[in-house]
Amino acid sequence: MIDRAEVLHVARLARLELSEGEVDRMASELSAVLDHIETISELELDGVAPTSHVVEVGSALRADEPRPSLPREEALASAPAVAADGFEVPSPGA
Amino acid sequence: MSDLLALSAAQLAERIRARELSREEVWDTYRERAAADDLNAFLWVAADAPDTGDGPLGGVPFAAKDLFCVRGVPSQAGSRILEGYRPPYTATAVEKIVAAGAPLLGKTNQDEFAMGSSNENSGYGPVLNPWDRTRVPGGSSGGSAAAVAAGQVPWAIGTDTGGSVRQPAALSGIVGLKPTYGAVSRYGMIAFASSLDQAGPLTRDVTDAALLFSVMTGRDPCDATSLEHPEAIRLPSAQDLQGVRLGVPDDVESAAGIEPGVLEAFRATVARAQELGAEVDTCSLPHARHGIAAYYVIAPAEASSNLARYDGVRYGLRVDGDDGLLAMYTRTRHEGFGAEVRRRIMLGTYALSSGYYEAYYGRAQRVRTKIADDFRAAFERFDFVVTPTSPGVAFPLGAKTDDPLAMYLNDFFTVPMPLAGIPAISIPNGLSEGLPTGFQIAGPAFSENRILDAAYALEQAIGFDTAAVHA
Repeated sequence: MIDRAEVLHVARLARLELSEGEVDRMASELSAVLDHIETISELELDGVAPTSHVVEVGSALRADEPRPSLPREEALASAPAVAADGFEVPSPGA
Repeated sequence: MSDLLALSAAQLAERIRARELSREEVWDTYRERAAADDLNAFLWVAADAPDTGDGPLGGVPFAAKDLFCVRGVPSQAGSRILEGYRPPYTATAVEKIVAAGAPLLGKTNQDEFAMGSSNENSGYGPVLNPWDRTRVPGGSSGGSAAAVAAGQVPWAIGTDTGGSVRQPAALSGIVGLKPTYGAVSRYGMIAFASSLDQAGPLTRDVTDAALLFSVMTGRDPCDATSLEHPEAIRLPSAQDLQGVRLGVPDDVESAAGIEPGVLEAFRATVARAQELGAEVDTCSLPHARHGIAAYYVIAPAEASSNLARYDGVRYGLRVDGDDGLLAMYTRTRHEGFGAEVRRRIMLGTYALSSGYYEAYYGRAQRVRTKIADDFRAAFERFDFVVTPTSPGVAFPLGAKTDDPLAMYLNDFFTVPMPLAGIPAISIPNGLSEGLPTGFQIAGPAFSENRILDAAYALEQAIGFDTAAVHA
């Protein structure tokens, strides 16, 4: 119920590389799980509101006041590559 | 065995307060045991005891699941994509426990990004169950559960998204509490499924769970979904269950994969509850059986979004090949994520993709509403709903790794509660075939004090020896 082409399409959306062997295995494993998930298509759910939050909460807004944030050097400390005080990435066009 | 190891965390705190034991002695004993861990339960052990002052937790060390960020300490969520990552800040739950007087002894192994029921999905190898080292400790908080069960640490914290505190607690013979959604701040917990994730204690007994949980609660400006708990958490003291109404779901006996020994232990404890004064009747949760289906849409959907941040740019692994940004992303994520995480990202991305959103995510969120409604209706007649925690005992390593769906069905009894946002506890419920089973008690939102009291009364009646596996 999910074929190779769909697996490759979804992998592209998810920015995941899959090896040749993984594509077929993923198709069969996802199909088995989706078959189970299909059981909810039999339920009568017309007029049922989807859950957006499980516990009632009031407004989560706070006053918009300036305060110190993470220093730049700490924010960059774990980056694989840094250049010119920023995160360095390969060229999108390469 | 040192006498010190026979004491619960609350007893240790009491002895330290009375100056019958020193903090150093407790720290050194457990530090040595954690460092000698041969269950692969720990991923990092502290070298020195930080000074945590005088708080209610009395200097009794704790361990935190790897996904809790701790400033300057490896926090990898069990994933190779975060190998060696040392965050610049500390999770609120950890900060509150430390501020209450407990020093951090170590970080514990887990299923990668908390996705798993066996701890076999860790990027750092599986954890072994101290009851039988050929078996899994449960997951995803398997390291925390095994470490507490084996007496490597007095108590620990984990996170529960679909059962990840309660199920490993059950399979390892300890107590695990999943609080009401929002009761504990999620700030600094590396996210799996944000609408479900909740931190909770894993402890030797119910009193320890109450004590640890009592310092974890509270509204946190850093987590907009956190709430002030309406009640201060008390240490439990109930000796009976007079007037307590327990509902047993009508499909417990026919649940997929339920083992006869687990069912027998469950029935025996229901009978004990009646002897303690509880009124027991069958209840109906008609949509709970669809919990697994709804969960395996909602949790992977949220995970696919939460895990988009691991792209080799700001932290963690980067696998570069001089062929551009997109190739760097896809290669990094292929190398850095394990098989189960890739599977869930694929499942979630599929469920959210154009044309499928309403059929999967929309429907699953409606099923979630129905599950919450079922519990609401049940709690009009009953104080608690009780079930076995897991349909089976700890299974052999490798037994379910080739069948994702069979693995997912382990969560049959634990998934409905986080979907409804309600609290539930698992307590040790004796043995089946020599291995621990768990008894689960679920109640309405913010009923933790009542749940802890009922669990305490049952714990005394069951008389399980949690010190049994301390080597």
